Amino acid sequence: MISVTGATKRFGDFVALDDVSLDIPAGSLTALLGPSGSGKSTLLRAMAGLERLDAGTVVIAGVDVTHVPPRRRGIGFVFQHYAAFKHLTVRDNVGFGLTIRKRPRAVIRARVDELLELVGLTGLAGRYPNALSGGQRQRMALARALAVEPSVLLLDEPFGALDATVRAELRAWLRRLHDEVHVTTVLVTHDQAEALEIADRVAVVHQGRVEQVGEPLAVYDRPANAFVMGFIGSVARVGDLLVRPHRIALRRPGSPPAPSSGAAAGWSSPGDGVVTVPATVDRVARLGSETLVELVDGAGRRFVARLARDDAEALDLARGDRVEASAPRDPATADFIDYSI
Amino acid sequence: MRLPLATRLGARLVALSYLAALVAVPVGLVLYRALAPGLAAFWASVTTPAAIAAFNLTVTLLAIVVPLNVVLGTVTALVLVRGGDFRGKTLLQALLDLPFAVSPVVIGVALIALWGRGGWFGGIADAGFPVIFALPGMALATAFVTLPFTVREVEPVLREVGDEQEQAAGTLGATGWQTFWRITLPSIKGALTYGTLLTVARALGEYGAVLLVSSNLPGVSQTLTLLVHARYHDVANTYGAYTAATVLMGLSLATLVAGALLNRPRRTR
Repeated sequence: MISVTGATKRFGDFVALDDVSLDIPAGSLTALLGPSGSGKSTLLRAMAGLERLDAGTVVIAGVDVTHVPPRRRGIGFVFQHYAAFKHLTVRDNVGFGLTIRKRPRAVIRARVDELLELVGLTGLAGRYPNALSGGQRQRMALARALAVEPSVLLLDEPFGALDATVRAELRAWLRRLHDEVHVTTVLVTHDQAEALEIADRVAVVHQGRVEQVGEPLAVYDRPANAFVMGFIGSVARVGDLLVRPHRIALRRPGSPPAPSSGAAAGWSSPGDGVVTVPATVDRVARLGSETLVELVDGAGRRFVARLARDDAEALDLARGDRVEASAPRDPATADFIDYSI
Repeated sequence: MRLPLATRLGARLVALSYLAALVAVPVGLVLYRALAPGLAAFWASVTTPAAIAAFNLTVTLLAIVVPLNVVLGTVTALVLVRGGDFRGKTLLQALLDLPFAVSPVVIGVALIALWGRGGWFGGIADAGFPVIFALPGMALATAFVTLPFTVREVEPVLREVGDEQEQAAGTLGATGWQTFWRITLPSIKGALTYGTLLTVARALGEYGAVLLVSSNLPGVSQTLTLLVHARYHDVANTYGAYTAATVLMGLSLATLVAGALLNRPRRTR
C-alpha cells in the first residue's frame, strides 16, 4: 500500500506535481497513465525517493518515508533504459542488492538462480549486459529489483525503449509475473493500450494532477472529463458531441439506415438521443476486421468513424461520398467540451 | 566513402613520413646515440650520483602530484557533473583550462611572486620552510601544469554514463560510498586510467615551470628534464644528455604500457 498525499513538485517555473493525492492498494498493479510531461514519472520517482517533494508526504506500508532515502524505502525500481550495471555480469547485477546486504554467498547464488529462472534468463548468468537484447536486459533489471524482496515495485516506462513485438510479449509476461509474485506494482506508461491491458487500476495523470483513478474499463466507459476520454481510447467529434469512433453509424443521405453493428442503437428513430451531421468521406482504411472512415463535417472538422467490416462493405464508401454520421448521446460524456480542436 | 587507390597510398605516405620525421627519427637517433657506446657506458652514465638523484626527484614528484591530481580531479569532475548548478561553476570550468592555455614559465613566475621571499606567502620561507627553490615549489608547479588532465578525461565520461546506474544502486540499498566504489568508479575506470597516464606523462616532461622554481643544483634539485638540459647545456656532456633522455623515455614508455595493460578489454565468458 502506497499513499501519496498533497504531493507538490516544481522544476523552476514548471509545476510537475500539483497537490497530488493517490492511494495504491496493496497487491494491485496500478498504471500511472499520462502524456509526456504530465508528471507521472515525477510522481513515481517521488514514491521511490529519487525526487524530493516540495510539499506532501509519501507513506509506504504504513511508514512515512517522505524523508527516507531510496535505499531504505524497501522498493524495487526499474528504469526505462534498464540502468544495467555494465561492468557486472547478469549474475552480479541481479545479486547486487543482496551483496550490498552482505548475505552469504551461497544464499545469493541460490536466490539469483531462482530469479533468473523466474525471468527466463537461466543460462545467461555469466553474460555482460551488452551481450543481451533490450528485452533480456529489462528482465534482468526486473529480477535485480525483485531480488531484495521489495514491498513495492516501481516501473518507469519499462517497455518504452523496446520494439513493438518485444513490448507486447513483456507486457503479457509482466502481468503473469504479477499474478505469481503479488508485489504491489506501480507502472508508468504513456501507452493507454498497455495500461488497459495489464493494469487492474489506472490513474490518469495530466498537467501535474491525477484526473481520474479506477478500473481500466470503468475509466474508459465513464471518463471523468474530456481529457481522460480523449487520452484513454480514441475519440471523435460528431456535431457538438464527443463519442467513441465505434459508436458512430453512417448512412447515405435519404437511404434507410444501414444494418448497424448495434453500436448506434436508436439510430432508426432519430430524436433527442442521437446527433446527426452531414459529412464527406475523405479516406477509407480497411484494417481487416474493421474499417476506419475519415470524414470531414460541414465545418471542415475531421473525425474518424470505426465501422465493422460488413457494415462498411454494405455502404461501399469511397472518397468524396456524402454521408450522414450519427452517434448516440451518452449521458456520461454528453456535456464534455471538446478540448483539443 | 572510399578514396581511389593512389590517393589512399599517397595520404598514407604523407601521414607516415610526417610521423617519422617528427617522432620516430629523432627519438630513434637519441636511443642510438645513447646505446651505441655500449650498455656499460650507458649504465655508468645513468648511475652517476646526479643522475640517480634526478631520477629519485622525478619519481618523488610523481608520487606527490599524480595521486593528488587524480583524486582531486575525480572529485572535481563529480562536483561538475553530479553537483547540480552552483554559483561560480562557469568560472571553475574556465580556471580548470587555464593550465592548458598558460605557458608553464608564467606559472613559475607566478609561484615565485606568491611563495618567494617578499611574496604574499613569503613568510613561510622566512619561517624556515622554503617553497621556492625547494621540493614544495616544484610539486606545486608540476601539480599546476597537470591539473586538468584527470578532470577533463573523467568529466565527459561521467556525463555520458549518466546517473541512472547510481540511482539504481541506491534503490537496491547501496549507500553513496558503496555506489561510488561499486558503480561510479568502475564505469569511469578507463577515463581515470587515461587521465592518470596523461598526468604522469605531463609531470615527467614538465620543464619550464619547474626550472624557475628549482635551484637546479645537480644531485639536489634537478629533475630528469633539468638534468638533460644541464648536461647538454651547462657541462657540454652531450652523451649524458642522451642517456638521461633515454631514461625519461623509458619511464614514459613504462607508463604507456602500464596504461594499456590496465585498460585491457574485459574477458567475456
